[in-house]
Amino acid sequence: MVMEYNPAIPLLRPHIDLDNQGFWEAIKQHKLVFQKCKNCGLLVHRPRPMCPRCNSMGKEWAPSTGRGVIYSWVNFVYANAAYPGIKVPYLVVVVEMEEGVRIISNMYDAKREDIYIGMPVEVTFDDIAEDLTLPKFKKRAV
Amino acid sequence: MSVMRNIKKKAAIVGIGISNFSRDSRRTELYLACQTIKAALDDAGLTPDDIDGLVKQTDDACEEHAITSSMGMGNLTYFGESRWNGAPSAMVMRAAMGVAAGVANYIVVYRSVNGSSKRRMIPSMRTSGQMSTSDMLQWTFNAPFGHMSEAGRAAMVVRRYMYEFGVDGDQFGWVPVVCREHGAKNTNSMYYRKPITMNDYHKSEMVVDPLRRLDYYEEADAAAALVIATAERAKDLKQKPAYILGAAQSMVTETEELNSYYRKNMSTLPEMTQVGKKIFSMAGVSRKDIDCIQLDDCYGPFVPMQFEALGFCNQGEGVHFCSGGDNIRLGGLLPLNTSGGSLGEGHIHSMNHVIEAVRQIRGTSTAQVKDARLLLVASGAGGPASGLILGGE
Repeated sequence: MVMEYNPAIPLLRPHIDLDNQGFWEAIKQHKLVFQKCKNCGLLVHRPRPMCPRCNSMGKEWAPSTGRGVIYSWVNFVYANAAYPGIKVPYLVVVVEMEEGVRIISNMYDAKREDIYIGMPVEVTFDDIAEDLTLPKFKKRAV
Repeated sequence: MSVMRNIKKKAAIVGIGISNFSRDSRRTELYLACQTIKAALDDAGLTPDDIDGLVKQTDDACEEHAITSSMGMGNLTYFGESRWNGAPSAMVMRAAMGVAAGVANYIVVYRSVNGSSKRRMIPSMRTSGQMSTSDMLQWTFNAPFGHMSEAGRAAMVVRRYMYEFGVDGDQFGWVPVVCREHGAKNTNSMYYRKPITMNDYHKSEMVVDPLRRLDYYEEADAAAALVIATAERAKDLKQKPAYILGAAQSMVTETEELNSYYRKNMSTLPEMTQVGKKIFSMAGVSRKDIDCIQLDDCYGPFVPMQFEALGFCNQGEGVHFCSGGDNIRLGGLLPLNTSGGSLGEGHIHSMNHVIEAVRQIRGTSTAQVKDARLLLVASGAGGPASGLILGGE
């Protein structure tokens, strides 16, 4: 089932700043990218000002293959423990990408019964509002 | 003769770093902080790996985990804060106390503000539709996906734990059952005379699958306070002292509060493991000497994880250790949360766990362990952690 948003409640938008805007600009273009250190090549998510491995402040945005597997997942069932702007039940997943980094996201269109740790997924993009596009995941055939 | 009574010449400032001053830095506060801390480290001839303590101004937008994740600091044992703009010297004093007491070796004190351009992270404004927060690293990448509540964030960790160790959700019920059993005897408990059964646990509804209502603490209105004095002064006061034999706190690489999804292993509590090593070594006692234990039970499933992290059982065996309740109830091998804990007494952010440990040592608990001499208290499971070993002598 596709996630449903409650029109009466404002959507939660990411706080975009100088360190992460490259990520979110790419998402708007329907591209998934991860921060890559220009000096040592380390990939990190989430974006941050400095490379934690070599402390270089040079970074670039490396395109992701968009493919990964579910590393963990939860299903928000009780509305008061969830965000009121999204109708329960909804799934939140931690996806481990082929590149090795992990990302929090939603399943675009899935049922709790079909989800499992290790399930192969690929990214898709949900244009939820004019100023809000989010990466989400769907099952992929291996 | 009394020991060191002041910190005169026990510590020194060994590195300094300062950015330019501008009306628009064109950098985030976190960027400025990392850049300037790096400059101070270079000045001192040290690297982020050397740093084992951080002291910040209380309201500074750059929280400790943002600094450690950006700079790659992997093993921290001392955190301090000071409030208001009168802070900086007090922040240095906190750091001096930390190195003088041997709790850390190299402590960074930092401050970062985009006061002019206002490129600042500001506190959460959930109702306005625009989410902005001082915890950007976490909220920007969680909240838009509806992954916000602690309930959900804890559940994500537990799912992975269940997968890695083959645990079925039903098995987590013994911790809430035993905590409520103990709390039911405690006249000050929110659940006095209200124990629960495993059947109640199985019937309680899913909140964030895989966690159900009785896996979680309930919010409460409460307060708690402690008074601490030197061991010498303690002898002259009214009550039997609860001596602090071991005390430690820890953050490791990529530690966040219920959000450590990005590091290699998501199903363990490495901060708690570090705390365990330090407090046992400081106190000079071993695990079998502990008479009674108070663990962070905000989320019941984190209790077996703490038994594992603290070395009371092997990885993945925590649930088995709690199964049936016999090991952890009064009269058992290692009585747990004898006043009820967060699940069975009430939630005051585990201060009640410290207070119960003191009562056990004084012999005044509502579920008294016979001859309780050594107590372990652990706090902060699933994020930056801390712990104490308290003793009656």
